Amino acid sequence: MVVTCEQVWHEISNYLDGEIVSDLRAAMDEHLRGCQKCSAVLDGTRNVMGLYGEDSMFEPPQGFSQRLHKRLEQNMPRQRGTAFGWMIAVAAALLIVGSFELSHSSAFVGPQQRSQQAQPGTGVPPEMMVVVAEDGKLFHAGAACPLIHDKAHLRKMTASQARREGYTPCVQCMKKYLNENAGLDADDDDGGEVASSGARHSR
Amino acid sequence: MPEEAISLENRADRLNEETLIRRIRDGEHELFYELIRPYERRVYSTAFAILRNEADAEDVAQEAVLKAFKHIRQFRAEARFSTWLIQITVNEARMRRRKEHVEIMQPIVDHQDDEGNYVPRDFADWREIPSETLERSEVRQKLAEALASLGQKYREVFVLRDMQHLSIEETAQALGVSTASVKTRLLRARLMLRDLLAPGLGGSWSSKLSFAKGTKPW
Repeated sequence: MVVTCEQVWHEISNYLDGEIVSDLRAAMDEHLRGCQKCSAVLDGTRNVMGLYGEDSMFEPPQGFSQRLHKRLEQNMPRQRGTAFGWMIAVAAALLIVGSFELSHSSAFVGPQQRSQQAQPGTGVPPEMMVVVAEDGKLFHAGAACPLIHDKAHLRKMTASQARREGYTPCVQCMKKYLNENAGLDADDDDGGEVASSGARHSR
Repeated sequence: MPEEAISLENRADRLNEETLIRRIRDGEHELFYELIRPYERRVYSTAFAILRNEADAEDVAQEAVLKAFKHIRQFRAEARFSTWLIQITVNEARMRRRKEHVEIMQPIVDHQDDEGNYVPRDFADWREIPSETLERSEVRQKLAEALASLGQKYREVFVLRDMQHLSIEETAQALGVSTASVKTRLLRARLMLRDLLAPGLGGSWSSKLSFAKGTKPW
């Protein structure tokens, strides 16, 4: 195979990249040995590739790397480790608050009331000593209340304790007690509420 | 270094890179700095070669690296990370150019099509490159000017193939053109640069080689 100068120029890039078949390569080698022009073109092209291929061809300006890292830093989300830490802290806080709320509210609600119709009288002073009958559902202002059936099994306790055990204020004696004491404690607005719940209950 | 050792080293680098990428995807974002460190200069020089302006090149380089970070999950392991990063840089640089309509310097050969044969205009002998050539700033300047004078499509191919050392296939993929186009444009780019540089670098710009254009000292 014989190649012309034009063919050599046309293939010189592929020749340097090793992208030509061996027959053509051999023919080009043969041509280049005897052609000063073509060997000058080949050498020059190889030099171009070598010069521009140097890593230091276009140096970044001073501080390029620092500025790049700074920009990255500004755009990087918070690291996952830190985010996790925050999430754990928040979860723990929620758990503590939640469990506190839960225990607090369950203490407030108390156990299941012994009667479905009963209303928890909120006007009763929590430290007031009341009387409960074992078989009853109400707590009373005193043992003399006619609504106490089993007078043999009575227990004394504070109103708050009675409420915790599911007893509700007696519509008769507790209502009477609160009405009598309403005048003594004008600020006690809750008295009326107990009375009205008692009235509903009695219906 | 023996070829086998280089290949082993490359393989180790690549494995290390894969590990880094996996860990970054898993949330260790700070490892991204380590991943891009070897490529920072390449990203910049690619952007510069396309945009021919330091400020734009730096801005585009930053954008490209940020984009690579944000889209690291889209990186496919079958490609090289460096190729992917350079591809992003090329796209960012092209977008910037389109946005700003930057074509201040009229390219010398954009009117020529890929298919026409390019005939060398100069046959100055340029057999050797003096070792200190690149250290001379005026030579760098000449190289930068010569590259900047090429048409965009030639410049892009040359930058990716001969400066960033992408393969012909990778260059084609990065630019969205066929491998045949890459080869044709590359031939043209190389020959044009040789025409632009050989008379000077083969003679008058080189203090070591004082022979006149077209003659040989031996």
